[in-house]
Amino acid sequence: MKPHDFDYVRPTELDQVFDLIERHGDDARILAGGQSLMPTLNMRLSAPALLIDINRIDALKGLSVEGDMLRIGALTRHVELEHSPEVARHAPLLTKAIRHVAHPAVRNRGTIGGSLSLADPAAELPACALALGATLVLRGRDGQRRVPANTFFVDLYETARGEKEVLEAVEVPLATSSDRFGFGELARRHGDFAMVGLAAAARMAGGTIERLRLAFFGIGNVPVLSSAADLAAGRPLDADLVEVLRGAVGETLDPTDNLQASAAMKKHLASVLVGRVLGDMME
Amino acid sequence: MTDVSETLAAPIGVSVPRPGIERFTAGRGRYIDDLLLPRMAHIAFLRSPYAHARIKSIDSAAAAALPGVIRIFTAGDLEGVVTPWEAVISNLPGIKSAPQFPMAKERATWQGEVVAAVVAQSRAQAEDAADAIAVDWEELPPLTDMVTALDPATPVLHPDLGDNLCFRMDIDAGDAPGRIAGADIVVEESFRIHRQTVVPLEPRGLIADFNPGDGILTVHHSSQVPHIMQAVFARHFGVEEHRIRVIVPDVGGSFGLKIHVFGDEMTTIAVSKILGRPIKFIADRLESFTGDVHCRDHIVKAKIGMMSDGRIVGLEVDDLTGIGPYSVYPRSSGVEAMLVAIFSGSTYDLKDYKATARVVFQNKAPMCQLRGVGMPIACSVTEGMVDLVARKGGLDPVEVRRKNLIPDDAYPYETAAGMPFEGLSFQSSLEELVRIMDYDALCKERDAKREQDIYLGIGVSIYCEGTSPSPLVYGVGGAPITAQDACTVKLEPSGAVSAAVGVTDQGQGAAAILTQIIASAVGVPMDSVSMTLGDTGRTPYGGGTWASRATGIAGEAALRAGRTLRENLLKIAGALLQLSPDDLDIREGEILQRSDGSVRMTLAELGRIVHFQGTGLPIEGDPGVVATGHFSLRDAMFMYTNGAIGSLVQLDPDTGFIKPLKLWAVDDCGRPINPMLVDEQLRGGLANAVGCSLFEELSYDDDGQLQNGTLVDYLLPMAGEMPDMEIAHMATPTKKSFLGAKGVGEAGIIGGPGAILNAVNDALSPFGVHVTEQPYTPERILAALGRV
Amino acid sequence: MTTPISISLTVNGERVEAQVSPRINLVDFIRHQIGLTGSHVGCEHGVCGACTIRVDGAIVRGCLMLAAQADGTDVTTIEGLSDSGDAADLQAAFVARNALQCGFCTPGMLLTATEYLESGGTADRDSIREFISGNYCRCTGYQAIVDAIEQVASQRGRPSK
Repeated sequence: MKPHDFDYVRPTELDQVFDLIERHGDDARILAGGQSLMPTLNMRLSAPALLIDINRIDALKGLSVEGDMLRIGALTRHVELEHSPEVARHAPLLTKAIRHVAHPAVRNRGTIGGSLSLADPAAELPACALALGATLVLRGRDGQRRVPANTFFVDLYETARGEKEVLEAVEVPLATSSDRFGFGELARRHGDFAMVGLAAAARMAGGTIERLRLAFFGIGNVPVLSSAADLAAGRPLDADLVEVLRGAVGETLDPTDNLQASAAMKKHLASVLVGRVLGDMME
Repeated sequence: MTDVSETLAAPIGVSVPRPGIERFTAGRGRYIDDLLLPRMAHIAFLRSPYAHARIKSIDSAAAAALPGVIRIFTAGDLEGVVTPWEAVISNLPGIKSAPQFPMAKERATWQGEVVAAVVAQSRAQAEDAADAIAVDWEELPPLTDMVTALDPATPVLHPDLGDNLCFRMDIDAGDAPGRIAGADIVVEESFRIHRQTVVPLEPRGLIADFNPGDGILTVHHSSQVPHIMQAVFARHFGVEEHRIRVIVPDVGGSFGLKIHVFGDEMTTIAVSKILGRPIKFIADRLESFTGDVHCRDHIVKAKIGMMSDGRIVGLEVDDLTGIGPYSVYPRSSGVEAMLVAIFSGSTYDLKDYKATARVVFQNKAPMCQLRGVGMPIACSVTEGMVDLVARKGGLDPVEVRRKNLIPDDAYPYETAAGMPFEGLSFQSSLEELVRIMDYDALCKERDAKREQDIYLGIGVSIYCEGTSPSPLVYGVGGAPITAQDACTVKLEPSGAVSAAVGVTDQGQGAAAILTQIIASAVGVPMDSVSMTLGDTGRTPYGGGTWASRATGIAGEAALRAGRTLRENLLKIAGALLQLSPDDLDIREGEILQRSDGSVRMTLAELGRIVHFQGTGLPIEGDPGVVATGHFSLRDAMFMYTNGAIGSLVQLDPDTGFIKPLKLWAVDDCGRPINPMLVDEQLRGGLANAVGCSLFEELSYDDDGQLQNGTLVDYLLPMAGEMPDMEIAHMATPTKKSFLGAKGVGEAGIIGGPGAILNAVNDALSPFGVHVTEQPYTPERILAALGRV
Repeated sequence: MTTPISISLTVNGERVEAQVSPRINLVDFIRHQIGLTGSHVGCEHGVCGACTIRVDGAIVRGCLMLAAQADGTDVTTIEGLSDSGDAADLQAAFVARNALQCGFCTPGMLLTATEYLESGGTADRDSIREFISGNYCRCTGYQAIVDAIEQVASQRGRPSK
C-alpha cells in the first residue's frame, strides 16, 4: 500500500501555487491536512504527478473577526476550531460539530479548507458551512471571489472551486443572541462518518423563527439544505413545529443507498435527527 | 491425575504482571517487519480483481523494466520448486478439495487470489511493477450464493470433484424429530451469521531466507505454529525438515489466522529458494482483506421442542457454510462445521439431537477455522433457540436453563453427539452469573425502565468450549499437526533456569504462564526463569499456540519438566550435603533443610559446582540438570471447559442502534494459573463477540466482489463501542493432567454472541419481534421493528 | 523518477538530516530509514492508530503525513517518549494492569494516552474511551487500557469530575 511516485513541492506564497497549478494542471494535487488525500494516495486511488503542499503558506492561516464575519483561514486545523474561544463565541455550531470529526490525531492535522474543498458528502464541516450561510473565499491569480456555501457544493467531490483557484478562507456570519444552533449525527461508531447528520441554525425574532436552515449530510452526493425548513418561518420553535418538520423532511431529501444505510433508512434517520436536534435547540 | 485439593505453589494461581512486556511499552518489541537481513528484497503481489476468471495471458515485460525490479514470477515459474496442496484430512470422511497452487494457474477463483509476484528492491517499487503487469482476463460466472451451490443447475467449481460439496456431516441421536413433534411448544428459526475476518493489528508477514550455500531454509514467520509450518514447508519445497528453521518473532495478534497456509507466503518462500536471498513479505491491510482466510458465513436452520414445564426434549440443527474455492491447508475447512454439529445443544441434558452440516465451495476468499471455530455458531444458535422457546412458553430464560443444563453431579457424561465430558460446571456457573449480574434486580430495573420507554435487554448464554485438542482433531487425519508439546528446562551455571518450548506467544501471555509454572515447579523466583518460545531450531517439537492449548498442553509439559528438574537438583544437593533429598526443599532459588528451614545452599552454588567443579559427582542415577517434560491429551478430542455470559444492552427503537452497556462472564477453565490473564483473555474474546454481533460483516456483491475491504468500511469495535466487562471464575480442574488447567482463549467469542443476541431480542420483545441475522445492525433492527 | 527531498528534523532529540523519496510517509521513514521500529504500521489509511507519532507536540497518524512534510519539525516516537521518562507512570500502569497483549497497538495507545493526560484529561472513563477511540486494539477489549489511563489520571491529580 505504497503510493505511486510523485514529486513534492512546498511553496510559501500563493503565487507559487498558481504557477505550479498552471504548469501542471490536472497532474498536480494540493496537499493541505492530508487526512483524506493521503489514504487515497496510499490506496493508489489517486496518482498525481505532483503534490503541492500548502501547509506553510501564511496567507491561508489565521482566525479573525472582520466586520460581522468570522474569517477562518483555510489551513485552520480541526483542533484549533475545537479549542478556539473565538469559534466557540462566534460560530458555536463548529465547536459542537468538530468533536464528531474522526479522532484527535486526525483533528490535529485536518484542516477546514481541506474538508470543504474535498466536499465529502458525509463530512460534518460542509454541512455546517451550509447551515451557517458561510461564504467561501476563493483566490486565483487574478484575485478573489466569494461563493456562498449553498452554491459551492456541486456534486460528489465536486465544488465551485476552479481548477486554478485555491480556497483561501471561509467567512461565517457572527452568531448573535438571536441565533440558535443544533448538531447531531448518527454514526455506527464514535468518530465514523455519519450514516446521516444534521447541522441546524435558527434565527429567532422575538418568540418565533425568522429563518431556519437544516443542512443534512450523509444523504446523497452533496450536503443539502432541506426545503422543509421553510415551514418554520414565523412559527415558534416548539414541539408542534418539530412534529411538522419531522413529517415533512423526508419528502425533501433524495438519499442514495450505501453499505451502512438504505435510502429509506436515511429518510427515517433524518426525521429522527430533526426531532432530536431541534429538541435540543428548544431547551 | 489432578488431586483437586492439591494446591500448587505460588506463583501458580497469582495475578502477576507478565515478565518482559516492558519492551512493548518502550517500543522495543521486535516484530517481523522490524527485521532486516543483508540483501533482503521485497515482494508484492498482483491479485485477481475477479471472483472467477480465466487467465488468458500475462504480460510482465513492461513491469520488469521498471526501476528496482529484480524479477517477476507467475505460476509456471514455481513449477518444480513447490508442489500443490490439497486440504483433506481422513478423519472427516468424504471431505474433498482440489489441488491448490501458491499462485493461480490458468484460472483465478476468488477476488484476491495471487496471480503474479514481483520482487524488487523496495515494497513501493514492487507495487509499481505489480500495477504494470497486464493480464488478459476472461471473466467466468462466479458462484457466490451458498444456498444454490448444491443445486444441479449450478456450475461446478472444480469439475473433477463432481459437485460443490466439500464436506457433509450428520448426527442423529435418539429421535429428535419425533420428540419435537410431541413437544408442547415448538420453535423453528433460521439464523444467518455473516462472514467475518479477524484483523490482527499486525498483518501476516514473513522473511524467507534460503541459503544456497548450505541448503538451509530459514523462515522468520509471524506465526502461531512454527513446527507445523516447518513440516508443511518440508513437504512442499523438497527441503528436509531438519534443514528448515522457522523462527517466530513477536507476533502482533493472530486469533487463529497465522496457522494456515497462504499462497502469498508459499510464493515468497519459493521465490527465496529460486533467488537464493532473503525475501520479505508484509501483507498490507487492503490485501489482507481478501488474502487472509475469513471465518463464519453460516446459515443455520434450527428446531427445538419444549414441554410446558420447561423441559427441552429435542433439538435439530442444519448448518450450511460457504468456504470459498478451496478447503484451507493443512487443517481443512471442515472442522468449523463439524464443531457446529457436535457442540450445538451440548450444554443441555439432551438425548434427542439431530444435526446436519454441509460445507460448500464458492468464489469468495477461503474460509477456515479462526478464533472460536464453529463453537460461536453452535452456542448462539442453541442459546438463541432456548430463549425463543422460553419466551414462547412464557418462561424465564434462566429458569429454562436451570431445568435443562447437564447437572453438575452428572459426570462423567457423554453428550448426544458423543463428547465425553469429564467434569464441568454448567449449573454452578449459571448461578454464579445470576449472582454477579444481580439478575433478578436487573430484570426489575429493565421492566421499570420500559414504562419510561427505555428499552434495556438482558441476555444470558451458556457455552462449552473445546480446548487443548488431542490428535483426534487433526493428527489422526494425516495433517502434520502435532497435539503434543515438550518443554525443556535447564539449570544454568548462574543458578537461573532457562526453558524452551514450542508454543508461541501472540500476547495471550503463554510465556508468563509457563514462567509461573516453571518457577513454581522448580522453586525459583520468576525473574530467574528465561523462556525461549517459537523457534524450531531451539525448542522441542510442539504444536504451537492455537485452540486454547498453550496452558493446558505446554503448561503441563512445563510442570512435568520443572518437577523432574527439581527432583534432580534435590538429589544432587542431597549428595553434596550428605542429606536425603527428601529432607531438602527448593524455595526462591535456595535449597532449604526441611527440618529447620535453614538455607543450605543456593541454586547458584549448585549450578557452579555442577557445571565447573563436578568432581564430587556422579551421583547414583546421574541426574542431569536438564529435564524435559511431555504432554498430549489422548483420550478425547478436547479438554472441555464451560461458562456463562451475561449481556445488558440498550435499544434505541428510533434509530435501531444497540448499545452494549455491560457484559459479565463466568468461566471455568480449571485451575487458573494467572487469574488476571484469564480475565483479559475473556475480555478480549468478548470484544470479538461485540464486534461480530453488532458490527463485523464482510459484504460481497453477487459478482463476488468484496464491498468493504478497508478499515473505514469493515467496522471493528473501538474503545467507544465497548462496555466494561465483569469476570468471575469457577474452577473444575481437569484430571487428565497434574496441572489441571484447561484453555480460555476462545471462551468470550464462543459464549458472547449468544448472550448479546438474547439481550437484543429481549430488548425487542416489547415490540413482539426478534432478529436472527448477525450482525444486528441498525438497519436490521429497524426492519424488524417495521420502521423502514 | 522523482526528485528526492532533503529534510532536516529532530527525532527524539537527535538531529536527523536525510534524503527522502517524496512518496515515503513519516512512519515508514522513521521505521526503515531511521531504524526506530517502535511505531507500527497497521492499516496505512489512517484508521488504526498504530503509527501514532508526535510531531511538534501533537499526535498525528504517521501514515497520513509525508516524511517530506516533517522537514523542520520536532518528532517524538515511542522510543523517545519512553526514554524521556515522561510516561513512566503510564507505562508501568499498562504493564501492571496487563493493558497490552500482543503489544502492537501499545506505542500508539501510549502516545495517544499521553496527549490525553497532558491536555488535561481526567479519570472519567467515557472521556478516556472517546479520546482513544481512534486506536484499534483487537486483543484486550480496551477495558484494561482504560483502567490504566484512569489510574494514572487519578495519580496525577485529575480524578473523574
